Amino acid sequence: MISGMAGTLESNDTMITVTPAEKMSIEVTSVVDAFYHDQIVKVIYDTLLEQKITNISVTCQDKGALDYTIRARLLTAISRMEEQDD
Amino acid sequence: MLNSLGRVVPDTLRGYTSATAYQSKNRILIPEKAVVTKPLFLDSISAIFDEYHISDGMTLSFHHHLRNGDGVLNAVCQEIKTRGIKHLTIAPSSIFPNNAIIVDLIIAGNITNIRTNYINGPAARPIDDGKLQGLLLMDTHGGRARAIESGDLPIDIAILACPTVDRNGNGSGTEGLSACGTLGYAQSDLRYAKKVILVTDTIVDKVKQIDLDGKYVDAIVQIDSIGDPEGIVSGTTKITKDPVGLKIARDAADFLYQAGVIKPGFSMQTGAGGTSLAVAAAVRKMMITKQIHGSFASGGTNGYYTDLLKEGWVDNLYDVQCFDLEAVRSYRDNSHHIAISASKYGNPYEPNPVVNNLSFVALGATEIDLDFNVNVTTDSLGRLIGGSGGHADTAHGADITIITTTLAKARLPIIKEHVTTITTPGEDVDVLVTERGIAINPRRVDLLEKMKNSNLTIMTISELMAISHQISGIPAAIKEPGKVTGLIVYRDGTILDQLYQRF
Repeated sequence: MISGMAGTLESNDTMITVTPAEKMSIEVTSVVDAFYHDQIVKVIYDTLLEQKITNISVTCQDKGALDYTIRARLLTAISRMEEQDD
Repeated sequence: MLNSLGRVVPDTLRGYTSATAYQSKNRILIPEKAVVTKPLFLDSISAIFDEYHISDGMTLSFHHHLRNGDGVLNAVCQEIKTRGIKHLTIAPSSIFPNNAIIVDLIIAGNITNIRTNYINGPAARPIDDGKLQGLLLMDTHGGRARAIESGDLPIDIAILACPTVDRNGNGSGTEGLSACGTLGYAQSDLRYAKKVILVTDTIVDKVKQIDLDGKYVDAIVQIDSIGDPEGIVSGTTKITKDPVGLKIARDAADFLYQAGVIKPGFSMQTGAGGTSLAVAAAVRKMMITKQIHGSFASGGTNGYYTDLLKEGWVDNLYDVQCFDLEAVRSYRDNSHHIAISASKYGNPYEPNPVVNNLSFVALGATEIDLDFNVNVTTDSLGRLIGGSGGHADTAHGADITIITTTLAKARLPIIKEHVTTITTPGEDVDVLVTERGIAINPRRVDLLEKMKNSNLTIMTISELMAISHQISGIPAAIKEPGKVTGLIVYRDGTILDQLYQRF
């Protein structure tokens, strides 16, 4: 199956896996879930909209990454998925 | 009822008023236990239960010198479980991850009350879940000594692990398979428990160095092993390699120098965390380059501190507990490495406790708030992860209390408007050193004045919190807690804060 992955499970990082999907889904598990769950979902959602990608499934295993890290890992995961598609 | 820090505390108990309130009260001492002329020798943990009729509702105390390698608390818990004894209070000076057996005993109601200075690991979870029928009371190291000597914590039977015991009941911490060094936390239990049992794996004719005085000892139990040496002196804490942590440590040392603290005859203590140890290393470097000799260092000790002593940078080490083998050896061989009791260390009612003579202490924080209150007891979800230990004792005693921490750990800002749980009142916390800047408690007008032309970045704690919010975002509020599960007891016996069931 086509997928793209980026990141690690080290503290302050995040591991993002993306696969093509019928419609958008975002699944987040985080060590700071109680404090930043909605914020993490929003960063992923905003980044996808900005990239005009909607048919994607995103799984984010977060270890306390900052927004720019989440964004960078997501973009890398997407480009790795697209490379496989070519 | 609210205490002076605005925290809800039980109406029936005395709430915290101030860190110096103890000064207007007199020391309360119950009589020491009767002297024993000839101790009994028993051959099993089970025999203690028969001989001393351990039964429902009693209070048993322990010490934590065997740290994460302790086998004695676990062996006693196993016997409690086997016999089905209920409603016990246990009072170990700390509880570590290897004491997981406590979980079942809490859930089954064998243990219904716990009094300790630190709790980390599985045993904390059922308490967070509201499964402990009674309460968890969290003391400081000095406060536990006060509680025992004043009768506030009456102990039926103290069951004390001891690496080597001799025919007269004298115990040594430096000899035997499970040598752990000084036995400072056990001294109050030894003197004030109704009965005292030493549990050992090594019996000799005569110990070389007496750490536990045999005249208080009712019985000695020999078992195969009292613990796992790997866990006893694990010495796992190393100076941090993280460049951010090292920068914080250097800034803390520079701050102390510029504030005039690092001068001939000064004294110090640091926590055992990686950044706190890095502060000790940075101060040592400063002592060497500037040729400044100190007077003493105190605390739990390790190889970093025994080197300071060996190289002559301090005259004495005052030691409640040894963290590694270097410290055990140093205490055994060097007469300037001096054992002290938890009471001599930090009991507010001791005439001159060691903490009162500290020039500075460098400590960690899980959270610190705009009033400089510090939490090292729970995480930001209110779940138990530690406890004061000597945090509140040294913070009160030292001339300058420095907290070193990064602004955020795994995204979560460390500076809060209000800490989740108060371990140490802000009145006793003077300086916060982070990677972005240093905040001085506004109460310390003297330090603000001294540092006004410093090249270090001095900011207010609110400014530092704002920076961390810019980086991480503002954290969402956590769920409302459930019932009260425990109390944070300040060193003078007043109530600082409550612990709650968490979902």
